[in-house]
Amino acid sequence: MDLALKDLGEYVAGQLPEDVSEWTLDLDELTVFVRAEGIVRVLSFLRDDVNCRFKQLMDICGVDYPERSPRFEVVYNLLSLTNNNRIRVKVRTAEDTPVPTVTGIFSSANWWEREAWDLFGIYFTDHPDLRRILTDYGFEGHPLRKDFPLTGYVEIRYDDEKKRVVYEPVKLTQEFRSFDFLSPWEGVQPLLPGDEKAEEIPEPAEAEDAEAGEDAASAGEDG
Amino acid sequence: MAEHQIRNFNLNFGPQHPSAHGVLRLVLEMDGEVVIRADPHIGLLHRGTEKLIEHKSYIQALPYFDRLDYVSPQNQEHAFALAVEKLLGLQVPPRGQYIRVLFAEIGRVLNHIFSVCAYAMDIGAMTPMLWMFEERENLMGFCERASGARMHMNYFRPGGVAFDTPPDLLEDIAAWAETFPQMIDDCETLLTENRIFKQRTVDIGVITAEQCFDWGFSGPNLRAAGVAWDLRKAQPYDVYADMDFDIPIGKHGDCYDRYLIRIYEMRQSLRIIKQSLADMPGGRCKSDDRKISPPSRADMKHSMEALIHHFKLYTEGYHVPAGETYTAVEAPKGEFGVYLVSDGTAKPYRCKIRAPGFAHLQAMEMLSKGHMLADVVANIGSLDIVFGEIDR
Repeated sequence: MDLALKDLGEYVAGQLPEDVSEWTLDLDELTVFVRAEGIVRVLSFLRDDVNCRFKQLMDICGVDYPERSPRFEVVYNLLSLTNNNRIRVKVRTAEDTPVPTVTGIFSSANWWEREAWDLFGIYFTDHPDLRRILTDYGFEGHPLRKDFPLTGYVEIRYDDEKKRVVYEPVKLTQEFRSFDFLSPWEGVQPLLPGDEKAEEIPEPAEAEDAEAGEDAASAGEDG
Repeated sequence: MAEHQIRNFNLNFGPQHPSAHGVLRLVLEMDGEVVIRADPHIGLLHRGTEKLIEHKSYIQALPYFDRLDYVSPQNQEHAFALAVEKLLGLQVPPRGQYIRVLFAEIGRVLNHIFSVCAYAMDIGAMTPMLWMFEERENLMGFCERASGARMHMNYFRPGGVAFDTPPDLLEDIAAWAETFPQMIDDCETLLTENRIFKQRTVDIGVITAEQCFDWGFSGPNLRAAGVAWDLRKAQPYDVYADMDFDIPIGKHGDCYDRYLIRIYEMRQSLRIIKQSLADMPGGRCKSDDRKISPPSRADMKHSMEALIHHFKLYTEGYHVPAGETYTAVEAPKGEFGVYLVSDGTAKPYRCKIRAPGFAHLQAMEMLSKGHMLADVVANIGSLDIVFGEIDR
């Protein structure tokens, strides 16, 4: 299984050298990174090639990494019934760079691309019907982005006087609390508690020097 | 004589229609009685599950999976538990695997009872619902005895199951498994050769295997089109590899075949239930990795270490190594996949839920075009759609 996927990764990368930038094999799952403009070529190759036969597109989803540039990943999960294996194709894209639609290759891509547009704001060019799908009619924003608050911006209620549903800004009776449970002893950073202070000591001194310098400069200007 | 310009008629089907299986709003364009265009509007039950999971620890994220497809909650939990186990590299002891397979199949029977009977009721047969729901009650009683909750079990945990089964439960399930085939037979006498039922379903909503691939079909709907594909056989998880069962496939891919497949799958599920009861090993029902599985109440009364672990697991949770996986199970409705991205902290970085119903409902327009309005109801029912999982 492992070897077959490795061969497959090498094969796909070899057949499409311009489109495939890299491929990895983690946890027995094959991931192929593809340049956005080549996604249509790659998916049609994966679907039609006799050694691949990934006839089914099981899922498309976005992932948001705000600290990266470009920030989004579009992930296509494909399944081959003939070879009984899966492949994951990834495209990196930003807010303002569109990804070509793959609805021409897999009809099922239609709603998943709509979903990625709705929840992340990833734009797909040539999509036949790129509307919002999961959120409310008239919703603004893209809720699965990491910078979208969990509580959202508007809430709705039925107004008895107006006899209709009204939209209002979210009012929280209690401030939203997000606890950081990462313990300093076994959290992600390998730094020991207290150690970080040892290295930070020189910095305030420098800052003071800089401020002192600025003060002197401004004093000079005043004079 | 001047020709009259006949305008097509737009019809809003749902969201309050009893045959819409929840909150589907289907905008139909009708030419007389014939459907020209069908545009499903979904998202009326959207609860932001994926966003909420990103803000919860792995233990807290699990109950959300019960609330996706609330007709067969166990199977969704199974997918998430397997995904987390894969990232953790965790082994589940045999008893835990057997209990999970047992309850996953109970979930399948729960789902198929509901789907077949609700379908029958959609197209005019009331009695199956009244008869078979008694069996659903029995099954949910078993779920309650195992986990404390009738529907939202929160029972399959990464590393095994939450609790071991109470003493008499397995005997009672075995006794139930002996009586249930009679109920399936009774249900079949009402439906399978029923003239009205067949008139409503045979050759309605036909889908070929090629179309199924194109539209991402899976599960019973794919098998009804004649594709022998079942993740329990093809990519077995837990102890499905040791189970002996058959995969029924259909020939025509119409609504009637999809009904028959579900009936046969219930019988096959009973075979698996009986085998898992017969082969049920002893031992632990969850992993003995103390950094993952919470300690028992009794241990906490005696062991300081167990108390610390309990506190840590229920406040901070456990850290899952960075990585990502797409793990899928054969849920009763089709392939239920979880694409889980972990960044090494105690909360999932991204958890995309691949719901089978989402893909199936998408094909509504293709299935219904050219059919009568009444056949739209038959199509929706035969696809086995639950909005909890589609809208997430």
